[in-house]
Amino acid sequence: MNTRGLRSQLKDSVPVTGLGTQIGAYGVQDTLRSGFSSVKNELLPSHALELSEKNFQLNQDKMNFSTLRNIQGLHAPLKLQMEYRAARQIQRLPFLQSSHLALDTLKGNDESISFEDILNDPAQSEMMGEPHIMVEYKLGLM
Amino acid sequence: ELAHSYVSDKFFLLLISYFCTFRNAVLEFECNKLGHSIPAARKTGTTICGVVFKDGIVLGADTRATEGMIVADKNCSKIHYISPNIYCCGAGTAADTEMTTQIISSNLELHSLSTGRLPRVATANRMLKQMLFRYQGHIGAALVLGGVDCNGPHLYSIYPHGSTDKLPYVTMGSGSLAAMAVFEDRYEQNMEEEDAKRLVRDAIAAGIFNDLGSGSNIDLCVITKGKVDYLRPHDMANKKGVRTGDYKYKRGTTGVLAKAVTKLDLEVVEETVQTMDTS
Repeated sequence: MNTRGLRSQLKDSVPVTGLGTQIGAYGVQDTLRSGFSSVKNELLPSHALELSEKNFQLNQDKMNFSTLRNIQGLHAPLKLQMEYRAARQIQRLPFLQSSHLALDTLKGNDESISFEDILNDPAQSEMMGEPHIMVEYKLGLM
Repeated sequence: ELAHSYVSDKFFLLLISYFCTFRNAVLEFECNKLGHSIPAARKTGTTICGVVFKDGIVLGADTRATEGMIVADKNCSKIHYISPNIYCCGAGTAADTEMTTQIISSNLELHSLSTGRLPRVATANRMLKQMLFRYQGHIGAALVLGGVDCNGPHLYSIYPHGSTDKLPYVTMGSGSLAAMAVFEDRYEQNMEEEDAKRLVRDAIAAGIFNDLGSGSNIDLCVITKGKVDYLRPHDMANKKGVRTGDYKYKRGTTGVLAKAVTKLDLEVVEETVQTMDTS
């Protein structure tokens, strides 16, 4: 196996948060929730579209911001990113579901429906994080 | 059973949850290594076609859905609603065409509410091609999109990888070659509505009778400015036959010589009532 060309296909070559194994009870991988573990699965994507879909929103944003910078100048993407950052802070406590209404309106997601609205809706997930620990983590006390 | 339920999801949609997909791909790989193949997705081995005539569009489709070599649905509906003036026929994996057209229909409705205008066929076409290209052909939906908007009648064919063609007559599906043969022979510009309906009916019939993946009835959808005729079924080309003979003997075939009736005395011995647990 030629390992040189595989570097760009490795999962950790593109930084996306939320990846990695889920640690369940007793410090071992939670097989029920996140599937079987194998070294190959950690490193290489198991589906052709896995990396492209995980980074889709990031790539779209990058493309749009760079086009905007070329057309209107540096101030345009800077202003927009400042607004996104402000809107992202309007949230409920970490263990509750926030609607992200302001952020969605800014990004234009309030006028479109896609698979992430229909399937695996986080508002209907059956698991909830432990409230005290999540708030402590958010405040940096943990 | 677990493998079956998960991999049928996989055929429909990739990233239901990120972790689920890895598991599906791993399961599929392990299955294939052991020599078993995963269950075939329900496809619409199909004949769909569309034609532009003088005042609008005629879309046609057969009604058979196959699961490998078995007919899964003898009368399924392949012409999907996108908006009041736009309809879309779908070939390929049945679930993919169904969900794709529903999502684009919702998005188009939101878009038309936002613009305040009747949606255009070009908008639907662009939304579909951008979505199908994003998923690189893994969504197996081959579509014939047609409608009438403020710029006149438009007909597009959209392939699973995201390429589109804007043409006066298009066919898709496993019976597309049979239907295209009929179109190439008899298509003319600016046909009348009856001629166009007859042409589409004959093209779908050619697909039905010459392709195993298409069958049953012919559905038509005639879209003109301000009016949509959804003719389902327009033509029942394959009616199931009626049995001409019967092996059952009629009453009176055997002559009755004598008849004696004896009443049996049955008495109630015990009666118990068992209540259901409805708590």
